[in-house]
Amino acid sequence: MIVIDTGNHIAALAAKMAKPHVIAAYPITPQTTIVERLAQYVENGEMDAEFIRVESEHSAMAACIGAASVGARTFTATSSHGLLLMHEMLHWAGLARLPIVMVNVNRALGPGWNIWSDLNDSLSQRDTGWIQFYASSVQEAYDNIIQAYKIAENEEVMLPAMICYDGFILSHTSMPAEIPEQHEVDKFLPEYKPAWKMDVEKPATHGNIVPPEYYIQIRYDMHLAMERAKKIIQEVGEEFGRKFGREYGLIHEYRCDDADYVMVTMSSIAAEGRVAVDRLREKGEKVGLVNLRTFRPFPREMLKYDKMIVIDRDISPGLGGVVYNEIRGNGSEVYGFMAGLGGMDVSYKDIERMYELAKQGKEGLYPLEVK
Amino acid sequence: MMVAIKDLPLDEKILKGHAACPGCPITIALRIALKALGEKTMLVIPASCSAVVQALYPKTAFNVPTLNIAFEASAAAASGVSSALKALEKEDVLPVVWAGDGGSYDIGLQALSGALERGTDFIYVCYNNQMYSNTGIQRSGATPYGAWTTTTWKGKEEHQKELAEIVMAHHIPYVATATIAYPTDLYEKMKKAKEMKGPRYIEILAPCPPGWRFDMSKTVEMSRLAVETGAWVLYEMVDGKMEFTGYSKRLLAGKKRKPIKDWLKMQGRFRHLTEEDIEEIKKEIDAKWDYYMKIYGGNEDGK
Repeated sequence: MIVIDTGNHIAALAAKMAKPHVIAAYPITPQTTIVERLAQYVENGEMDAEFIRVESEHSAMAACIGAASVGARTFTATSSHGLLLMHEMLHWAGLARLPIVMVNVNRALGPGWNIWSDLNDSLSQRDTGWIQFYASSVQEAYDNIIQAYKIAENEEVMLPAMICYDGFILSHTSMPAEIPEQHEVDKFLPEYKPAWKMDVEKPATHGNIVPPEYYIQIRYDMHLAMERAKKIIQEVGEEFGRKFGREYGLIHEYRCDDADYVMVTMSSIAAEGRVAVDRLREKGEKVGLVNLRTFRPFPREMLKYDKMIVIDRDISPGLGGVVYNEIRGNGSEVYGFMAGLGGMDVSYKDIERMYELAKQGKEGLYPLEVK
Repeated sequence: MMVAIKDLPLDEKILKGHAACPGCPITIALRIALKALGEKTMLVIPASCSAVVQALYPKTAFNVPTLNIAFEASAAAASGVSSALKALEKEDVLPVVWAGDGGSYDIGLQALSGALERGTDFIYVCYNNQMYSNTGIQRSGATPYGAWTTTTWKGKEEHQKELAEIVMAHHIPYVATATIAYPTDLYEKMKKAKEMKGPRYIEILAPCPPGWRFDMSKTVEMSRLAVETGAWVLYEMVDGKMEFTGYSKRLLAGKKRKPIKDWLKMQGRFRHLTEEDIEEIKKEIDAKWDYYMKIYGGNEDGK
């Protein structure tokens, strides 16, 4: 069935169809309409879940950790400062190896207050042990949420997963999305069987003091799980493709086959980028685009193009574009642009312009400081 | 009829080999508490001495499922445990937070208040040793006036706040105080709390030998004298109805409190106090009891 609705409402629908036992969430712009809709679902009886209306995002994540520790499937959603307030608990969820699924609606950080899209909120959670998906359409947001549960809960992975998409550009824009039937989702995503849980029949202590010789193993095992997640993300994406007709992997290549230049980006800029690629191709330019679906695990080994143009909607002060710097040094010729910070519009025309500038050997902060 | 100490269950949920200091009141209190709460209990423990007392991974001295969580997050995590138990139809299992005063009075206060306001079905226990013991004796919101700590070298200049009274303002079904010198009182209160629903709060005074600077053999004495001098008060509030218990009930009925000096002089943390400081503490305790007398004195239960 095709549903036309906003990214947030479609995300709430995906969460409902994934059947979490417990939701704990706190409102923040532009995530708010997700939790409003979920509260309605629960109150109307359309959704059989416990909804904890917590007093902060820190508590939202702590509550999800508590619930997941007992073996419940959980969901939460946040944005920007809410995500940053969770930061401590994001690490906790990762190290506790709890497959919590969360939507983060990307939004800039203050001061000054800015509610528009910017990826620095989620990119700064890089090392928390969360799988990070980025969606370039409302459809991808839906599909990523359903797949995230299956990937996170896989015994080879057991890591939390964050589904990110741009504030307002996707969260509040109505787009058509193909929504499968509930029984199809149930078949794709069976009931959660936790790899560990608290159980009064088998009393165990979780998270007590760990001496270095064990800690190093636990910490490194998170890394191995994230590496294994690459295979699982691929497999689940292929299975999703077979069942629902939309196949996914770690990256999505668009007209890259004979490309001299490959543009690399994520989130809604990737959607604009595909338009830019089509227009440049019409002019005879050999250009393609890679949409990074996951930032963690980072598919570095898949980005083996001779010349790349990376567009970041983020900045790491003292280093530059985050994604650009994660790719740089792999032997390719890489040009980096930081664009669209704080929600500044990045249209296909801007992307065409960045392509032209990169061909002249230029890069930097678009459009203000390109050298 | 109060339970006799000889009638407490023999089953021990605190196993041998825990890592508490000698004379630590935490294991004394938790041992009694778990006798009352039984095996269908899940502990949620924030950063605190109790996180250490469990002993090192992969071992544990706690024979009930225990979830360790970040310092300020125990009440929120317990909310999640409670909701998950409901969703998974395991409502016969009781989530119990076991937190120190730092994790309750200070950094965990927001999460605690939120969980109480939401009507979370759980017991929250604050074992109050009146400072951050685990990090090496720093001042907390529960540290009394004049007490030496490693962040108040000349003695704390402010009085402690009363968390139980803040908790009461949430109008929850059960609020009680206890201390380890009166194990049957503690046991009865835990037992009573266990049978109720909704948020229940119990605060236990826990005299800490290295923190308060007294000999490890004196923990129980220190606890008892706190009650006898009126520095610590035993009561319970059931659905808004206040009742003093044990020795505190006798004090409310008119029995004379022992001089506060007797309690202060046993503790190295008060060694530097001047007569004026002691007078200040005495004034505070007198004011507290005058208030209790006015509000709760003279009722049937108090006599």
